[in-house]
Amino acid sequence: MSYFRIVGLVAWKDLRTEMRSREQAVSVLVFALLILVVFNFAFDFTIIDFRSLGPGILWVAFLFSGVLALNHSFRIEREQDRIEGILMAPIDRSAFYLGKVLATVLFMAAVEAVLVPLAAILFNQTLGGRLGLMFLALVLNTIGFAAVGTLFAAVTTQTRRSEVLLPVLLFPAAVPIALAAVRATSHILAGGPFVYYAHWIYLAAAYDLVFLAASVLLFDYALQD
Amino acid sequence: MLERALFAVTAGLVPASLYMIFLVAPTEGKMGVVQRIFYFHVPSAFMAFLGVAVCAVASALYLYRKDRRFDIAAHAGAELGVLFCSIVLITGPIWARPVWGVWWTGEVRLTSTLILWLIYVGYLLLRQNADDRDQAARWAAIVGIVGALDMPIIYKSVEWWRGLHPKVLKISGGGGLDPVMERTLLVCTVTMLGLFSCLFLERFRLGRLRDEVERLEADAARREARGSRSPQPAGVAP
Repeated sequence: MSYFRIVGLVAWKDLRTEMRSREQAVSVLVFALLILVVFNFAFDFTIIDFRSLGPGILWVAFLFSGVLALNHSFRIEREQDRIEGILMAPIDRSAFYLGKVLATVLFMAAVEAVLVPLAAILFNQTLGGRLGLMFLALVLNTIGFAAVGTLFAAVTTQTRRSEVLLPVLLFPAAVPIALAAVRATSHILAGGPFVYYAHWIYLAAAYDLVFLAASVLLFDYALQD
Repeated sequence: MLERALFAVTAGLVPASLYMIFLVAPTEGKMGVVQRIFYFHVPSAFMAFLGVAVCAVASALYLYRKDRRFDIAAHAGAELGVLFCSIVLITGPIWARPVWGVWWTGEVRLTSTLILWLIYVGYLLLRQNADDRDQAARWAAIVGIVGALDMPIIYKSVEWWRGLHPKVLKISGGGGLDPVMERTLLVCTVTMLGLFSCLFLERFRLGRLRDEVERLEADAARREARGSRSPQPAGVAP
């Protein structure tokens, strides 16, 4: 079986589990939506310009719900020792890692696809013709977050207090992603030319490459028994 | 032996640096006496980076060689990194308040130091929450390496983040430093390095001892288990 087929199969396995139970997907989505609503109450958007706070609010919702998804992603592997099967299978561990990243990215992208239009309605914004760039910024930053997040989740779900440890480790490490995402998103919303925020896109791409490569090398040590 | 000698040298250097800081170094013209905290602040920052670097290199070596000594060194490096980083984060605002008029700003060095501190506090928390020693070592090594790789990217991103409001707060370093101040800084850095090394060797020794105790305990438990299974020889009181 080719390497990329394994990656696809691992991701497909996770997504299919999600689609069958739906509990996790629905709760994460509702949680993310609640964050938007809480911020909508917390700030008076008749006074504050949405463009100054909106991207930050959106990314708080994405990253917080991303942590829930990541925790869940490895917790289900621990239930009934499913992970044992994966570890015994004659596949490359890094393919398993990349499959997990892919599933998380697709799951978070689905949450984002629902949340962005809802936010546009909730905060009275129009995205206009900038959807392509918005998509690029969302995907690049989501990949970076999922790359480090999957590596850390593999580790933290094996510890005591795993639910707290993952965000405690992940959020400081994902600071460049949070900054790049918020800056790029706000420039795109403001409709500025690409050169204004090109460096943020490149930074996110560099972060993705560095940590995907590092994680492929390190992931084996996260699961070894 | 090395430890003793290092301790003796450091013990001599500490009063020498204090003498340099408070009696030899001139009072800075604009900032006044408070600027003397610089001689604690800057060497501590160097030591914080040194601790993190030791942690990252030892972590990589541990994963490569699986030698317990590298893990103990990585742990000690992270602990010292957090310790000296805490000193930086405490002395920084004390210095900033009278000089800049604020305790804290979004300046790039401050922010990235805080993030560095958070990452390695997370590293220590992870170690604390692992049940198995070898698992803790492997997981911590992963976080130690990722944290160190992340630092340049974090620094760059925070720098760009603040880039729209150029507010370069030049700390009285670099070319404009008075030669006496420079010498004082050098002595203080050497002193801090001595202190760092003493603490590092102490933590390293302690880690080795802890391993040894664990090994002996495991041995004793094994022997006891074997003893209780075999029947007691007749005539020997239990």
